[in-house]
Amino acid sequence: MVKDLSVELCGLKLRNPVIPASGTFGFGLELAGLFDLNILGGISLKGTTREERFGNPTPRIAECPEGMLNSVGLQNPGIEALVSEKVPQLRKLYDGAVIANISGFSVEEYSYNCAVADKCPGIDILEVNVSCPNVHGGGMAFGTDPDAAAAVTRAVKAVATKPVFVKLSPNVTDIVAIARACEQAGADGLTLVNTFLGMRIDIKTRRPVLAAGMGGFSGRAIFPIALRMVYQVSHACSIPVMGCGGVASAADVLEMLMAGASAVQVGAENIRDPYACPAIIEALPGLMDTLGIDHLKDLKI
Amino acid sequence: MKRTLHIESNSCAAVDNLGRKTFRMELRGDAGLMHSGQFVDIAVPGLFLRRPISVCDSSEGSVLIYYKVVGEGTARLAQMLPGESLDVLVGLGHGFDPLRCSGKALLVGGGLGAAPMHLLCRELRSLGRAVTVVLGFNTASEAVLLDEFCAMGASLHVATMDGSLGVRGLVTDAIPAGEAYDCFYTCGPMVMMKAVCKALGDIPGQASLEERMGCGAGFCYGCSCHTASGTRRICKDGPVFDKEDIIW
Repeated sequence: MVKDLSVELCGLKLRNPVIPASGTFGFGLELAGLFDLNILGGISLKGTTREERFGNPTPRIAECPEGMLNSVGLQNPGIEALVSEKVPQLRKLYDGAVIANISGFSVEEYSYNCAVADKCPGIDILEVNVSCPNVHGGGMAFGTDPDAAAAVTRAVKAVATKPVFVKLSPNVTDIVAIARACEQAGADGLTLVNTFLGMRIDIKTRRPVLAAGMGGFSGRAIFPIALRMVYQVSHACSIPVMGCGGVASAADVLEMLMAGASAVQVGAENIRDPYACPAIIEALPGLMDTLGIDHLKDLKI
Repeated sequence: MKRTLHIESNSCAAVDNLGRKTFRMELRGDAGLMHSGQFVDIAVPGLFLRRPISVCDSSEGSVLIYYKVVGEGTARLAQMLPGESLDVLVGLGHGFDPLRCSGKALLVGGGLGAAPMHLLCRELRSLGRAVTVVLGFNTASEAVLLDEFCAMGASLHVATMDGSLGVRGLVTDAIPAGEAYDCFYTCGPMVMMKAVCKALGDIPGQASLEERMGCGAGFCYGCSCHTASGTRRICKDGPVFDKEDIIW
């Protein structure tokens, strides 16, 4: 029997739940030569700020067992280049859901960037990143306090006509409190989780491996924690959740959907293998068949 | 660009002054023809990130690489046996441009920077260019590929820090004086390449940069650098850059 892989997100139908996570797939264009992007349910684009950014000094990649750290620090060409160049170029190749990941260093900047992205016809969803651990005075500072997260959400919702997902940080004591604050402030959905703040030290040089000292920890190792947070949030809130964190297989996708996610983002696994998403999507029907699953809706336990 | 390649051979080819081994690995399979300065990105079993290693020689059905055992990834790679297979991304990066040279080429390699120079030398020789190769090592036991360069008809000059082979001193001390080169190409430690570019003055040149990489294919932006022409990704826009673009 033909399996129905489609899912729905705020009224938007995705052909499947698999979405490369922001920061692990560039602007999609970089991978267009590797496979047909149209097999993807959606693409979350690289985090974008108002101004162009180089990001942090290198080295900004480190490794650990079953995972990695990055301290890229939001390298991006700026919001104008996103809407005038990157998205239009991507739209020539891709007809699935395009998710603009928006960062900022102030509530006003988030609001400005979202207003610009909202007017871009190629963008379907705004994903507001209040959880980047690699920039100071912005990013995660807004995502670790319920009031600050709510303030950003309110400001963005005031200018947006498209669905707004707030991407949450796992670097908090109670992610449910942050999630509820965003929901009450009007968020249409939530993406969780961003990376965990981590660190490696080179024991030969006695220096941090990353030039920035610390960075965001992602990869298979974080999957159980991310899954737990998706489960808690999706049972505490009534808005849809995109589950993210350590997803590396079709089985992980089903597990995230069972935890309550409506769609699933794949992050660090793309860095290991640029063909990770196509491989996961290809494996889904067979796994669904084995488990007697015909469609991917209502898998939440 | 993802291929399964089989290990044909994997053996120690040299040992440096600190006792670190250099391995020569020959891979067979549908690798496709790669250009000098390009690299492969090898998934080492048990480790999360791939290991980027520059290509020393390439044909449609095989790849030759040299790597020094400096960390966990290369240590695991060194333990792999002929017959085992590896998941490899092939044909990565923007390599050297042999067509930039219309006459006499100078190739300068430091340590395992000799490896990409080998494929470049082959490309230049097939274009009929005269090639002078200058290699620098810490000590004689670290030297690799000397016979191969000579067999290709290159004029070879070697410097070692301890004087155990060739000229005693830096690679710049072994560059023959009084020759007129069209252009030069270099690969090695950053400080060495900077000295090479300075020593060669106005001669056009290209250098291969190195950085810790994430994806190796230009979409994670982990290995970005500033250049005179703006921000570039070392894995995708490089690793080879024109010397004028490099901000030392």
